[in-house]
Parts: sequence; C-alpha cells; structure tokens
Amino acid sequence: MNAIASHKPAPAIPVTQSGVADVVAASKLGLVFNTNDGPVQALSNVDLTIGKGEFVSFIGPSGCGKTTLLRVIADLEKPTSGTIMVNGMTPEQARERRAYGYVFQAAALFPWRTIADNVALPLEIMGISKAERAERIRRTLELVNLAGFEKKYPWQLSGGMQQRASIARALAFDADLLLMDEPFGALDEIVRDHLNQQLLELWARTNKTICFVTHSIPEAVYLSTRIVVMSPRPGRVTDIIDTNLPRERPLDVRESPEFLAIAARVRDGLKAGHSYED
Amino acid sequence: MRASLPWQIALALLAVVTGGVLQLATAPGGGPGNVWPALGLVALAAAATLAMGGRPVAQAALLFVGAHGAAWLLLSGVAGHEGQAGASFYLALSGAWLLAWRCVTVLSMLKPASQGEKRLLGLIIPLIFGAWVLILWEAIVRGAGIPFLLLPPPSAIAERIGVSTAVLAADFRQTVLKAVLAGYIIGCGAGFIAAIAADRFLFLRRGLLPIGNMAAALPIIGVAPIMVMWFGFDWPSKAAVVVIMTFFPMLVNTVVGLSASGHMERDLMRTYASGYWPTLFKLRLPAAMPFIFNALKINSTLALIGAIVAEFFGTPVVGMGFRISTEVGRMNIDMVWAEIAVAALAGTLFYGVVALVERAVTFWHPSIRGG
Repeated sequence: MNAIASHKPAPAIPVTQSGVADVVAASKLGLVFNTNDGPVQALSNVDLTIGKGEFVSFIGPSGCGKTTLLRVIADLEKPTSGTIMVNGMTPEQARERRAYGYVFQAAALFPWRTIADNVALPLEIMGISKAERAERIRRTLELVNLAGFEKKYPWQLSGGMQQRASIARALAFDADLLLMDEPFGALDEIVRDHLNQQLLELWARTNKTICFVTHSIPEAVYLSTRIVVMSPRPGRVTDIIDTNLPRERPLDVRESPEFLAIAARVRDGLKAGHSYED
Repeated sequence: MRASLPWQIALALLAVVTGGVLQLATAPGGGPGNVWPALGLVALAAAATLAMGGRPVAQAALLFVGAHGAAWLLLSGVAGHEGQAGASFYLALSGAWLLAWRCVTVLSMLKPASQGEKRLLGLIIPLIFGAWVLILWEAIVRGAGIPFLLLPPPSAIAERIGVSTAVLAADFRQTVLKAVLAGYIIGCGAGFIAAIAADRFLFLRRGLLPIGNMAAALPIIGVAPIMVMWFGFDWPSKAAVVVIMTFFPMLVNTVVGLSASGHMERDLMRTYASGYWPTLFKLRLPAAMPFIFNALKINSTLALIGAIVAEFFGTPVVGMGFRISTEVGRMNIDMVWAEIAVAALAGTLFYGVVALVERAVTFWHPSIRGG
C-alpha cells in the first residue's frame, strides 16, 4: 500500500513560504533507538502530511511506533533520518513556540495543585497574566464539562474526569495542534464512548488539528478524518485511510455500513502488517 | 458469671487473692503500708467491671479509677519503707497494672463517633501508657530500694526539675535555642542549596556527592574539639558540629527527591518549553518535598544529639551537655536525669513540629491523604 494516500496531492515537503503550509509534514522519517540489546528501528521511512483542521488517528499494535511518531512531532524524540516540519518549522522551534498541546496516556496532573491550578500551569509558565488565566481556566473547564470542580484536587476526581482536566490543560493556551497519546486507553468502554463524543464536539467547536494515537479500531474510525495504520518491526506506515463519514457523528454511526466498511479496511491493514511469524 | 471473662481481669483477681494470702503471712507492721486497701480496691474494681457488662466507656472509667487509685495507695504506702516490699506489694501492683491494661484495651476497641473524640482517645491512650511506665519505675525503684545513684525514682527527678527550673531553662536556651536551632537551619539550608547546585551542575554532582558522603562519616567525637578550637567555647562551635551532622542527610535526600518526579510530568514541562527554574519550582521541588521532610525529621533529633555531645569538649558554664558531664562527676544523678528529661521533651516537640509542617505541605501525598 502506498504510504501517501492523502486526499490532496501535497508535496512531501510543504511550501512554507506560501502560507498554506501543512501542520505536519514528514518525509522519509526514521528513528533508531540504541538499546542494550542493539539498535531498534522504531520508525522507518514514514511519509505523512497532515493538513489544518484534520483529525488524524494513528493505529497499530504495540511497538509499531505510533507513540514514537507523536513524540517526534512533539520534539520529545529526535529522528535519526529524514525530515519533519511542524507548522513549517522544525519540531524544536515549534515546541519552543508552544505550537501544540500534548495529552499523555495518564492524566499526569500535579497532585499538589487544584484542578484550576493544574490548568493554569502552562499559562503560568508562558507568563500569562492572572486575570487572563482565570478567564481561560473558566473557558477551558467549561469546554470539557468540568465547571464547578476548580477547587478539587486531582485525586478527588475519577479517572475520566482527571483525563478531561488534562485535556483542558492542553487546550488552555490555545495551540492549534492537539497531540493525544492514547488519552482514553486506561478508561472503561462507557466513559470512553462519552469522552469520544465530547472530543468530537470540542474538535468541531475549536477547529483544531488533532493527532490521536489509539489501539482501538472503533475509536479510530469514529473520531478521524484520516486513519494512519502502522505496523511494527520496523515501525512503519502500512496504510492511510480517508474516512468519508459526515463530520456530525452520533454514536450510532458506528452501526452504519460505511463505518463497518472502514473498520474492516483498518482491520485488514493491521492484519497485513502482522505478516511475521505469529 | 458473665460469658466472657477478660484475661487481664482474671489475672488481676488471681493476683489479689494470692497477694491477700501472702499478706496474711507477713508480720503486721512490717513492709509498706496500704497493701490491704490497694488489694481491696483492685478486687472491687475488677468485680464491678465484670458485673457491669457491655458499657465500654463506664467500664474504662471504673478501671481507670481502680488502677490508679490502687497505684496511688501503694506509692504513698511505700514511703518510709524503701527496700522492704514483699511479694504481696508487687502482686497488688501487678493487679493494678492489669486493670490499667484492660482499661487501655477497652479504650482501644472504642469506635469514636466524632473527630474530637477520636483525637481525645488518641491522647488518653498513650498518656495512660506513659503514666504506667513512670508508676512501675517509681514503685519498683522504691519497693526494691534501688540505690539513688543507679536509678533515681521519677518523683525525685520531677522534684529536681521543679527546684532547678532556672538552671534547666538557661541550659535549654544555650543548647537548643542557640546551638541546635542555628546549626539545624544552617546545616539543612546548606544541604538543600548544595543539592540544587549538584543537580544544576554536572561537575558538582560528580565531585560534591562523594565528599558530602565523607562529611557524614566524620566522627563527631573527633570533629567537636576541632570546632571548639576554630569557633571558640561558646555556642557557635556546637552549631558548627550540628551543621556537619545535618548537612549530609539533607543533601542526599534532596538529591534523591529531585529525581522523584515522573518521566511523563517532565515531558509535560518540556512540551511547554519550560526552562530549568520553572520546572524546578513548579514540578521537581514539590515532588521532592516528602524526601526533604524526611531529612528535616531525621535532622531534628540528630541536631540535638550533636549539640549535647559537642558540649562535652569545652563550653562556657552553661548548656545541657556541660551540665550532664559536670553533674555526673558530682554524683548529682537526679540532675543528669532532669537534663535527659528536658532533652527528650525538646527532641519530641521539635520532631512533632516538623511533622506537623510536613502534613500541611505534603497533604497531597498518598501517605498523608490516606490512599
């Protein structure tokens, strides 16, 4: 399967000067970890462009490099070959300009700060005034339906509420790009459905670009405008699927034939990647 | 007879009966007085408790009165008869002690309804416990006539504390308020700053930590006289010894604490392009607080020991260590014990204050918020 199955004929490297740069543009991206057991090819020859306002899911079995790819975009890992641009800059420049909000697998809220103070954390670091901070805390907590929990400590909230607070924290400084690394992986199915719906609403309202790592096929199909299927050893992109579901998606869209067809294609892509000895 | 006979009550009754038989056999007028009333009181309280049945608070009150009344009778009866106590005296004493034991057991099993009651119980139980350490000490030392030089009774020590309050207060000021406090603040502060510096600069981490280790291994007995030569006889030399003793625990604990924050949290700070200092103040230091308070608690008792021992090596004529070393020479053992009591109280209070501050600062830690 061709690695570039994008819906638009974008060049591998975006034209940054024209002002219509892609949010993420990776070309021949590779990353080798040097471990004690020798080098491990975590990413190999990844070509990918992500346009503004897209919701792109990365799906694959563990070890396929989906989290690593997200971390490279976030400048938490350095690629060892190829090029990658974020907003037309190097990932490091993009990180220093606070171009993205990152949501981790766990909420990673600071237990000594209240929910409001946790959301304020990036704002404090970025030197935003106190009045402005209060306003943004109010707005983002409302956005994730946590209004009224400002004075609670993280350990007084449920896992789903903690993860919503961590999303609020990532939204607080209004970066256009949201990177989410299996944010709902540790939550139960019911909470996850609910948060998926809320995330779609949030995406529709804020028009952000979202990169979303998951290992759940229904979650990926339900949320995304595009699904990047990855496979391990070496970590690589095996398929990129455009979903043509309407942007407005009630939960029962998951029983529609279009939905099931896309899910089947994702499953096939994952199977194809599993051509090794198991 | 009730279905349940607590074993402490059963043993107390047995002790009373045996004590009564033995007391009949002793010549009248010999040995400590008040043994009969004490035996009677213990028997009465034990029997009444059994008859009362399941009302724990009333039971505990009755046991409390019985045990401490009997103890008071015995202690006042032994005056003037030091060293003459026989088996019946000790049996009556153990009967009273068993009642107190039962009393604490009943109190421990209470399920307090309110926070205030819970706190009150948490205070009463250790107080009864501590009181009985003193009662047994007093009764055995007096009853067996143990020489004053070997172990004075607590009443003599309390009397000495009452008589010598001014001297003890002066010693306390000299040793605790000057040497310990100054040394503690400087030592802990220096250890903390050194830990931050070692975290910031690699060469310090490589070079300073092993040398800090060596400072911890310095023998206090060797260092104290040298500090006296450097800083003079007064409290600064003692404070210097305390600084040396408290520096290393603080350094090591802070260094470990600074690496206690998780990878995810540090990655998070990186995604905000946070610099070294914001990350230190907003993430790593708060996460290190449980470790830092560990060091502060360890150091609170170390500092007191250091200052007292250091005073053995030259000091003006005031200070707790000085007093202990000179009064031992003069055979004023009660004064030595009085100083020990003051030191124990000061150390406990110091530790308690640090622990209270810790609860307020690290309220978020699972060990304090309870899961």
